[in-house]
Amino acid sequence: MDRALQATRLTMGIAPPSRRRASKIGASTSKNGFLLKLELHSDPSLLSVVRGALERLTETLGFSASDSRSITRAVDEALTNVIRHCYCGRVDQPLEVYFSHLKPNSSVGSKGALEIVLCDHGPPVDPAKFQARSLDEVRPGGLGLHLIRQSMDEIAYQRVRGANRFRLIKYFMPSKQSSKT
Amino acid sequence: MQISSRHIDKATIFDVAGDIDLANSPEVRKLLLREVRENRTPRVVMNLSKVRYIDSSGVASLVEGLKASRDLGLRFILFGLSPSAREVLQLTRLLKIFEVYDDEAQALGS
Repeated sequence: MDRALQATRLTMGIAPPSRRRASKIGASTSKNGFLLKLELHSDPSLLSVVRGALERLTETLGFSASDSRSITRAVDEALTNVIRHCYCGRVDQPLEVYFSHLKPNSSVGSKGALEIVLCDHGPPVDPAKFQARSLDEVRPGGLGLHLIRQSMDEIAYQRVRGANRFRLIKYFMPSKQSSKT
Repeated sequence: MQISSRHIDKATIFDVAGDIDLANSPEVRKLLLREVRENRTPRVVMNLSKVRYIDSSGVASLVEGLKASRDLGLRFILFGLSPSAREVLQLTRLLKIFEVYDDEAQALGS
């Protein structure tokens, strides 16, 4: 079996109770429609596996091709940031990614939204580092956060019980004004 | 990702296939910088027609190739951008910074 697939665990459907406890870090996931959970090591060669899963998931949920690319890009960039900055390039550290369908409400609009929560167990992230750099200067580096902000409707970071929790939201319809933090 | 090179006149064409992401962008960077700084190839051309996805680390490698080329008065050219690659360069406001062509004939004829 391919090494990348061996190192990736995939859970779909309704999370069993143990999983719900495990995902308490993303409390909103259990209150809404759990879709998928990926557990993987912080190995860059697994990023393509996550992208493949995301492409199929967003297609199944009915996102446009453009929105599907945006979501895939945002998650890929967020995982890349975790691997590089939280885990300093170590390839054997745990990562979890939860995907849930948020039901329609006043904050996510009439069609609901896709919620993605990335969890890692690296050191806390300085919130000041969530400021994307200016694009006026042409230089390599510092583009990932900018791409995430451009691609998603909401992003938020929390440190909860020793874990970093990075939450990304994409509305099913771009009917609401962005509230990026 | 697979990457190979061809030489036509004073140009080196890198044919890239697959996704460029954190797993392999260091390799792209290394090859580009060697071609520019050591070989001083007048025109380095990136064939991205078989690249479906490129992340910010891949874009950073291209920016390094571009800057190294400009520092030496050489040209750095891209062609065959996929919708995803084009979007990334647009979102990072780099699309107008690079020399971009639709296909190889245009890239070599420029």
